[in-house]
Amino acid sequence: MASKTTVRSEGGKVRRVVVVGGGLAGLMTVIKLCEAKVPVDLLSLVPVKRSHSVCAQGGINASVNTKGEGDSPQVHLEETAYGGDFLANQPPVRGMAEAAPGIVNMLDRMGVPFNRTPEGLLDFRRFGGTLFHRTAFAGATTGQQLLYALDEQVRRFEVEDVVDDHGVSIPGEKMVRKFEMWDFLEPILDDSGVCVGAVAQDLKTMQIRPFLGDAVVLATGGPGLVFGRSTNSVICTGTAAIAAYKAGAVYANGEFIQVHPTAIPGADKLRLISESARGEGGRIWVPKDKADKRAANDIPERERDYFLERMYPGYGNLVPRDIASRALFKTCFHEGRGIFDEATGKNELAVYLDLTHKDEKFLRAKLAGILEIYEKFAGVDPYKHPMKVFPAVHYSMGGLWVDYEADARGSLKAGSPRNHATNLPGLYAVGEVDYQYHGANRLGANSLLSCIYGGLVTGPAVASYRQAMAKSAFDLPKSIFEKAEKRATDDYARILTQNTDAKAPENAYKLHEELAETMLRDCTIERDNKALDGVLAKIGELDLRVKSVRVTDTSQRVNQGAQFVRHLENMLVLARVIAQGARNRDESRGAHYKPDFPRRDDERFGRTTLAVHEQVGSVKFVRAFDYTCAGETVHVTDAIDTSLVTPRERKYEQAGAASAAATGKLGSEPESKSGATTEAR
Amino acid sequence: MAESDRKDVGAGRKVRLRVRRQDGAERVETKRWEEFEVPYLPQMNVISALMQIQKDPRTVDGKTVAPVVWECSCLEEVCGACTMVVNGKVRQACSALVDALAPKGETITLEPMSKFPLVRDLCVDRSRMFEDLKRVRAWIELDGTHELGAGPRESARAQEERYPLSRCMTCGCCLEACPQVNDSSSFVGAAAVNQVRLFNLHPSGAMNRVERLESVMGEGGVADCGKAQNCVEVCPKEIPLVDSISQVARDTTKHLLFGWLLK
Repeated sequence: MASKTTVRSEGGKVRRVVVVGGGLAGLMTVIKLCEAKVPVDLLSLVPVKRSHSVCAQGGINASVNTKGEGDSPQVHLEETAYGGDFLANQPPVRGMAEAAPGIVNMLDRMGVPFNRTPEGLLDFRRFGGTLFHRTAFAGATTGQQLLYALDEQVRRFEVEDVVDDHGVSIPGEKMVRKFEMWDFLEPILDDSGVCVGAVAQDLKTMQIRPFLGDAVVLATGGPGLVFGRSTNSVICTGTAAIAAYKAGAVYANGEFIQVHPTAIPGADKLRLISESARGEGGRIWVPKDKADKRAANDIPERERDYFLERMYPGYGNLVPRDIASRALFKTCFHEGRGIFDEATGKNELAVYLDLTHKDEKFLRAKLAGILEIYEKFAGVDPYKHPMKVFPAVHYSMGGLWVDYEADARGSLKAGSPRNHATNLPGLYAVGEVDYQYHGANRLGANSLLSCIYGGLVTGPAVASYRQAMAKSAFDLPKSIFEKAEKRATDDYARILTQNTDAKAPENAYKLHEELAETMLRDCTIERDNKALDGVLAKIGELDLRVKSVRVTDTSQRVNQGAQFVRHLENMLVLARVIAQGARNRDESRGAHYKPDFPRRDDERFGRTTLAVHEQVGSVKFVRAFDYTCAGETVHVTDAIDTSLVTPRERKYEQAGAASAAATGKLGSEPESKSGATTEAR
Repeated sequence: MAESDRKDVGAGRKVRLRVRRQDGAERVETKRWEEFEVPYLPQMNVISALMQIQKDPRTVDGKTVAPVVWECSCLEEVCGACTMVVNGKVRQACSALVDALAPKGETITLEPMSKFPLVRDLCVDRSRMFEDLKRVRAWIELDGTHELGAGPRESARAQEERYPLSRCMTCGCCLEACPQVNDSSSFVGAAAVNQVRLFNLHPSGAMNRVERLESVMGEGGVADCGKAQNCVEVCPKEIPLVDSISQVARDTTKHLLFGWLLK
């Protein structure tokens, strides 16, 4: 067969694929590549076991329908499309919903300690945007448990030898080589614009070097740090996505940033209290009397305003996150009805999330992980006292644009090299860094699913791409890689040496604080065009001031300061994509809400936002572009494929509205109790 | 420290940190203590104090220095990255709250863990822990990720036994606190032994039970445990590590005595 796919190149090197990021999406991609006998170099900012996926708490969706409710992948598809306010292309969503039960079975086989029913089957709980029990879970640390399971499977491949074309082990070559604590700097493109590797930096020795790869997969997560404090880990700066964007990758739907309704306020981070707290019966409330000074437990039931249940009787506390966050914001910010704080004499920006009516043993079995976080960080016992929470930036629905190929049924065509391909040939994106599955708002417990499903699809896509590629990276002249390495090395030297003599240099961490403050205030739950103009002006100012940054550390060992300057420069570019996208979209859809344009406008804005980098300080938005995948030119437009679920107005007042087309029912619920206060077992 | 008595409440309150620093493992000559004072924030933890230093890296003597280097990621005590020695006790810096550590403005002392190679300042290299996971084969031998139906049924009781064991963040607290983990011993430590128990409890994992037990027999294995029980005291996830060690120790003894009979 074609020599470009022999295990070793003529020079004797093992031909590998580079995967950047060791969260769920990256690890799943690695496993699929290894199963397809493709050796991998896995790069990660942190030891992969510490990736941000560990923070996911509540669970993973799969319509296994073990509760006799009539749930099915078709209902899951519809509720995901509806919950996302019809911004997502629907074939990938169908593929995901249909694969979900098999994914949960696979994880079960890997040994994930999922909670069980009395019969020993997987237990499922409720999550937002649905009335069905669809979410499998391992206590309240499901993300951690899934990440560990995939990490363990990848470790198996770390000890497995690469086998040559004759079936003989190659000494010293393992299927997976891990490079942990490495920072992705940029994709390496050959003369025809094909991605043939990545430049990365060792964060311990600060050494910069190229990694050759027949393809590069970015699985680098979300950009929460653009907003400063969020529910994200501090590593989630979005820097890798922006490096790809600067190299020509299209960024899609950047303005869609999910704000999670329930997080614990904090000085360094806003710690998430999972939606599963409400899925297991938790209720949101504020005192009816806004001047009520009593402790929560002293306020009788009739004097509490369970405002989500009042406003949305059909879904109650389990309305989708964008809707819940807006309701919390309205209650606290516009109506000034947050919890009264006697010390300050003011109404705080906080509401109660109450689980105290539930049995402690039940809570320990299902929610201990999050209740322990609350107890540790807020210093209050959530088994006995309602928790105080407020919305926080949580997830980016937008991300690098990626392609898909639909099959005749309108699902994803398995093994197509177009699946998860960015518009840079050979560069793939998967996980939160892509834009594919969640439209304008992600449903809870769909993110773990989309990461793993994305990985299951991306591995085979990359394997197909390798078969079809014109040339292997390992047969290219060295000069391509040396050039890329030199550019990155020079840029790093610039960061270390710039403004050393400046009289009033800027501090990168302070600039970041200013950026975050602006983004958080004016570019999250409610957006106003005048305020967004202010945000853009502020980003412009910071674009200039960032040039005056002087690093606080010039050491050649673990230089976190220099690394942060690079990430900050990229965060500014991303902030502009987000803010400009929001400025342009004069409608309200999912997480993007403009009080001046309160309705969805499918005619003008029923389309994907496609951003293309021009230079620092400007974003170009396009309606269409062409790209090449595996030798084939693909024409892409911003039209959305809504062929599977017809767009309709999105409302959660009435039970069953989100699944009406698939179930043919409206107003009846799959269970007897009201949606808000499900009693499990 | 007379002033510190006034520092407990109100605006202008400061947080004082005493940090053990060193530029690299081989650069012993750079080993030093530095003290910093940063503004207090509500609900502040050690991480936010270190973040404040980054914005204005100056010691209390007014000397501009490189900001302190440390590792962190999730900040909610689930990733294990920010483990260090805070006021003499090994723990995660994110859940080390300033109000609890220094209610009266006492100085907070930060040191790197001592049982791992130093990288810089508070950052150490814990890769041996990940290597140990290879040694004990901490995984299920999966046939593949293709559709093969559901996993084995498991009772809720069995899940409740496995789940707490599976919450190990590979943070290193148990190794740091263990007297048997030192330069002159190769003891694998509680974290890896706990993984042996975890996977041997799983119906599919148990199919490789013997290999896993044999991996912790002999030198540096479970028998090297000195039963100090420090590990269970410091484990932030309250994993019953002592139980895991005794269980695995019993199983290895049985295997040693009768294994040849059962093969």
